[in-house]
Amino acid sequence: MNALARHRALSRIWSSEPGWRGVISTVNHSDIGRMFLLVATLFFLIGGVLAMLIRTQLATPRSAFVAPAIYDQIFTMHGTVMMFLFAIPLFEGAAVYLLPKLLGTRDLAYPRLSAYGFWCYVFGGLMLVFALLAGLAPDSGWFMYPPLSSSAHSPGVNADFWLIGVTFVEVSAIAAAVEICVSILKFRAPGMSLDLMPIFAWYALVTALMILMGFPPLILGSILLELERAFGLPFFESALGGSPLLWQHLFWLFGHPEVYIIFLPAAGVISTVLPVMARTTLLGYRWVVAAAVALAFLSFGLWVHHMFATGIPHMGLAFFSAASTLVAVPTGIQIFAWLGTLWKGQPRLTLPMLYIIGFFFTFVIGGLTGVMVAIVPFDWQAHDTAFVTAHLHYVLFGGFVFPMLAGLYYWLPQLTGRKRFFRIGEMAFWLIFLGFNGAFLAMHWVGLLGQRRRIAWYPVDAGWTAINLFSSISSFVMAIGVAMVVFDIALHALLAIRGSRNPWGAGTLEWAMPTPPAAYNFASIPIVGDREPLARDPALANKIARGEYFLGEPRGDSRETLTVDAASGRPEALVIFPGNSTLPITLAAATGAAFLAALIRAYWIVPLALLLVVGISLRWGWSQHAAAYHGIQNVGRATLLPQAIETDRSPGWWGSAFLLGADAVLYGSLFFGYAFLWTVGPNWPPPQWLSLSVLELAFGLIGAAVAAIDLHAAARAASRSASLWRELLIAFAGAAMTIAALAMALTRAAQLTDYAYGATIFVMIAYALIHAAIAAIMICSLAYRTLRGGAAPPRTSNVNIVRLWTDYAAFVAATSLIATQFSSYLT
Amino acid sequence: MLAGSAAIFALVMLLLLIAYRRTPAPRQSEHRQERFWLHGLGLAFPLITLAALLIYGLVLGETLLPKANENVVTVRAEARQWSWSFGYADAAGLRTQGVLHIPAGRPVDVEITSLDVVHSFWAPRLAGKLDAIPGQVNVLRIEAAEPGEYHGVGAEFSGPGYSGDAFTVIAHDPAGWDAFLRRAQQ
Repeated sequence: MNALARHRALSRIWSSEPGWRGVISTVNHSDIGRMFLLVATLFFLIGGVLAMLIRTQLATPRSAFVAPAIYDQIFTMHGTVMMFLFAIPLFEGAAVYLLPKLLGTRDLAYPRLSAYGFWCYVFGGLMLVFALLAGLAPDSGWFMYPPLSSSAHSPGVNADFWLIGVTFVEVSAIAAAVEICVSILKFRAPGMSLDLMPIFAWYALVTALMILMGFPPLILGSILLELERAFGLPFFESALGGSPLLWQHLFWLFGHPEVYIIFLPAAGVISTVLPVMARTTLLGYRWVVAAAVALAFLSFGLWVHHMFATGIPHMGLAFFSAASTLVAVPTGIQIFAWLGTLWKGQPRLTLPMLYIIGFFFTFVIGGLTGVMVAIVPFDWQAHDTAFVTAHLHYVLFGGFVFPMLAGLYYWLPQLTGRKRFFRIGEMAFWLIFLGFNGAFLAMHWVGLLGQRRRIAWYPVDAGWTAINLFSSISSFVMAIGVAMVVFDIALHALLAIRGSRNPWGAGTLEWAMPTPPAAYNFASIPIVGDREPLARDPALANKIARGEYFLGEPRGDSRETLTVDAASGRPEALVIFPGNSTLPITLAAATGAAFLAALIRAYWIVPLALLLVVGISLRWGWSQHAAAYHGIQNVGRATLLPQAIETDRSPGWWGSAFLLGADAVLYGSLFFGYAFLWTVGPNWPPPQWLSLSVLELAFGLIGAAVAAIDLHAAARAASRSASLWRELLIAFAGAAMTIAALAMALTRAAQLTDYAYGATIFVMIAYALIHAAIAAIMICSLAYRTLRGGAAPPRTSNVNIVRLWTDYAAFVAATSLIATQFSSYLT
Repeated sequence: MLAGSAAIFALVMLLLLIAYRRTPAPRQSEHRQERFWLHGLGLAFPLITLAALLIYGLVLGETLLPKANENVVTVRAEARQWSWSFGYADAAGLRTQGVLHIPAGRPVDVEITSLDVVHSFWAPRLAGKLDAIPGQVNVLRIEAAEPGEYHGVGAEFSGPGYSGDAFTVIAHDPAGWDAFLRRAQQ
């Protein structure tokens, strides 16, 4: 087979359907990545228009441009859109598009999950856009502090749009994070050990792990606040044993890591682009990786610095102040590694490099003002003033938007296969750079003069008029620059001329392919022995196209790739991906129906929609396993590998493990809330405790143990290819016992929910009940497949996945029963 | 803090500029470059500066903390959407709306709480801000050096009336303070 025939065969197998149908049924990561990037950019423009409205309002004193009620919606949505609908999805889009190409593989671990995440993002985003256009947008600030966001002070549907819409979008962030983790650890080119991974993959891995750790507290907080708003469960109501500070803790437990979740991908772009622009390699690769990991750890230890003014004891403040300053150290290491790289090489002044210099200028200022506000006495004055607004924009715009624009211009030739023709980009850079610094440098100043954040107007005699006007005019200059970038990209995509394959002389694998890239990325999966394989072997692209490496011979209709051992990169198994499917968009629509029903308070629709979600998920799970062939396969280069779903730990197992990790963080946050209300909340203890029921406890614990033990036996039986029937039946009986016990406990807890304690244990038990039900459904699904046998008998890997979920459900049932049943004895 | 920040910023910009201006040195070993850029500038330099700054901040913060003092006057600030109401330990039953009276030259403890949503008490020339949280009382130590009027605002976003949520602090000389308390008791 020659290179052209191979290209045709692979294109037929991997391409999405033509026309509009292709948009809704594609599961290809290049398509999904491009769609993510496009939609995220649209939201950036929406958020930008909102920012312009804010600056118009503040341009003059006593402004009557919009009334405070509308202004509050505008600034709330500006923050919400930029954080949740622009920054995180842009990272997801970049990772989804780039990672398989950087890692030398053909797609991400779960192609349909990428599509599902994308559609959840689109539908959730549309809900928020609708709220904005209908004048029903959230108006309590993007941080949604109760009691301002509680039903007593925000009776409208506005806050519900935030809680439900953002949570829906976060489903997509969690899906993408699971996918990114498993893809980076398991789906790489053979030979690419962790130490040889492109630096961007390291950053993406750390970021994805942070999303899995950081988002669950906010998801939990949103669920609790929505329960309070809709059903009066008083988690944040101090008179009823709750605490408004609990929300602030949960929110900033997410909110501070969020800043680094946004910064790290951008740092990954700089670490990739800057060495290429300096014609050298990154100085101190391992130091930079260590710095990114350290940043991730530290970022979870400093959420309280957003709460310095809430009356936290001074010793606590000292600890968090120290952690907040310490976080500057790994950031400093990265900055100096980049500067050292420039000194090591011979830097060019290209357009991507121009944006990186813009990054250095703004981000260093943002970092230094960040150290200032980490110092408690300074923060007591600067907190909630325009100084902080200016600081965070220097960090986020300087630390995210500038690097991402650098990345955009760097990878644009890869994305389109064209080279820049019109020189609008340089002009746009200077408008953005000067406009940005004019707008926000001035804002530091007016903040120190005492201008608060989020005000809709200020008095004429405050003396802030000239500064604000200057700031507003500069921001419009910046907006013109952004518009020019959009114009430049549109011209580029439509009119520019074809470019060469590797215009920057980069060394990573995404340039070892024809551009724009084919749907299958690599005609054969290369062997990697260097951090910059293309720099070491410039003929690599041709060898890949000639099919000299793995999986160079397309077979049937199978979309094939390899998984590797996570650490060493030794090839481990053959993966056959599912093809185009409308299941993801259907499942996203069903999920959206559940969220939408909760939003319009049509609660009877919620269980119906969830039933639909379960049904579609089961179909999804089953359709994966009708594989075309069985047993050991030849993957080329005389290598024999098993199929991934016939190994003990399939990609599905790894994904379940990461998802349950995030789930466990959510559960842990729930325990944190329980303990917080117990120890810190005012008006504790509650008037009535949940009494101990030995029956519920014994039934629940025994059932959980039986289910877990019998699935263990089922997994052993499956590995012997013996019948699972008996084990599954007993396991189901165990799960049913636990469900019954939890249901009894739940009905008793439901009587206590007019007080925060009762509301909290109600949610703990309900959480356990949901997980027990999921485990029971999975056991039934396995049993059904055992019964049917035939084309898709359960494999060890299937049983192991169910076992993992059952173990978790058993753990949750046991801990939540023990923690709630004995609560009256703990005082 | 500003001068130090400016110096660090200038250093980074200078290093960036020199990277473009200099002719590349004869090849140094990668190890030596790592030692200079990462161990030295990346690790040691921020650790030392930040430790110094942190200690300075903590010591300063400690001096701002309320200390037991016989001379302390206690007042109470209650926030709501969108007004401030003040009470006085030395004059039971007295409440003032939108104006807080304190003696000048004496430490004052403000017990801050809220009747509805989260607010924040901020009189910029007297002290930093402290939140008013429903169900919780936070104590802020303020002190006005000179008699006079000081401006104060609610400094945590609290809904549509937030922009105009302000109050005044009037610091009296000893005679004025006595007169204020006496007038209240009548």
